[in-house]
Amino acid sequence: MEASFEPRITAFVCNWCTYTGADLAGTSRLPMASNVRIIRLPCTGRIDHLFVAKAFERGADGVIVSGCHPADCHYTAGNYHARRRFGVFRELLSFLGVDPRRLTFSWVSASEGGKWADVVNETVARVRELGPFDAYHRLADAPVPDGDPFAALESATPRADGAGENEPSGVHASEPGRGRAAATGGSGA
Amino acid sequence: MTELQDAARRLLEEGTVQVVIGWEAGRRGARPVFVTDSADCDRLVFDARCVHDLAVFLNPRRSQVAGLGKAAVVVKGCDAKAVAGLLRESQLGRDDVVLIGVRCGGVAAGPDGAEPPALTAETVAARCHGCDVREPAGVDVLVGAPQPEPPVAPTPDERVAALDALSPAERLAFWTAELARCTQCYACRQACPLCYCERCVVEKSEPQWVETSPHARGNFAWHLTRAQHLAGRCVGCGECERACPVGIPLGLINRKLQQVVYQLYGYTVSDDPAVPAPIGAYAVDDTQDFIR
Repeated sequence: MEASFEPRITAFVCNWCTYTGADLAGTSRLPMASNVRIIRLPCTGRIDHLFVAKAFERGADGVIVSGCHPADCHYTAGNYHARRRFGVFRELLSFLGVDPRRLTFSWVSASEGGKWADVVNETVARVRELGPFDAYHRLADAPVPDGDPFAALESATPRADGAGENEPSGVHASEPGRGRAAATGGSGA
Repeated sequence: MTELQDAARRLLEEGTVQVVIGWEAGRRGARPVFVTDSADCDRLVFDARCVHDLAVFLNPRRSQVAGLGKAAVVVKGCDAKAVAGLLRESQLGRDDVVLIGVRCGGVAAGPDGAEPPALTAETVAARCHGCDVREPAGVDVLVGAPQPEPPVAPTPDERVAALDALSPAERLAFWTAELARCTQCYACRQACPLCYCERCVVEKSEPQWVETSPHARGNFAWHLTRAQHLAGRCVGCGECERACPVGIPLGLINRKLQQVVYQLYGYTVSDDPAVPAPIGAYAVDDTQDFIR
């Protein structure tokens, strides 16, 4: 399975630079990995952080966000705003446990078909090395506390003294009786 | 305390405001109170149990509060930062509200207790660590005596650093265990003075960006969104974490993002509405080490 792993990469690109650059890479017949699904948007400033989260949610192994170089934005400042937002979001995702190496940010202009091919190939190679990323996708199957909210409340209480911070490997998740099988409602498979 | 009550009484009697939002001593501890009659002003208190960030009631979309008329609100220094956030984002006109600032020497972790607790490193709220606003800025009336520095509380910084030191997979496991308890009750949103959108993205269903089933994946999307929307805006009042019925350490995420916006953009949350927030503003020479 591992040997035949082909990463699925979602690329969110801006219409004016990177999409045209990717088009150039294609018409120039540049050798390029075929693992990338491109989603064209007006501007990197239009790329909400939830797009990235949704891509991982639906099983993407890596995400590329790419747009116009600074000072090149069709809408003057969209890429500057995106740069700030993604600078923060990248750190946030990393803090919550998504390896930042699964995310590529790049500036690719309409004339940089070669750079786009490099970005794609590098990202695919990097993600291939990291392996499949189904941990996020499978979060929906993670154990949830069963029907009694007060049980969860009690298990949360010892946390106040800082216990649990050094028990990262899902101690609560592995507690017997808290698994999803025990839940009456569950959350739908 | 009489100084606070006198200020409130004067504002109500003069007709400057129709309601004063402050704290009273309730049966179990301090709680928010809406005083509309000047005769009730002696109910107002301020002590270490007054942890609530009352700026949350200034949200213009809370029509039941807005319906009471023009408000005066009692603010601590940190609450004044939340008011500054609302002013900065044009959610509030400076003339629409009267701010009664109280000098504050730190508050307890929670509002409970028949008597205000003595503040020690154990009882003081984490947010009081390194407080630089014991005297609130930009208020109309300032009451109370100057206060000493609050006791040094343990900060969330150590726990943030401990999480940072883990591998991504370990962090994911930690947050999965924490966020699996979330029921998406949105108490964190309702308690936040700066979560004021008329229609939250989580309630939009076409397309449904945030899965509302309370499994860990939907909860990740919700907490990612909440944190990202508060990046550079969160004043660190800690009300989200206090409101959380299942004890998710949301303060760690907020604290992490405070560190990030400081490291990347040199921004610390300000009580001056004229200072722009980092998200929504930009500099041409912003750091872009992470961009190829």
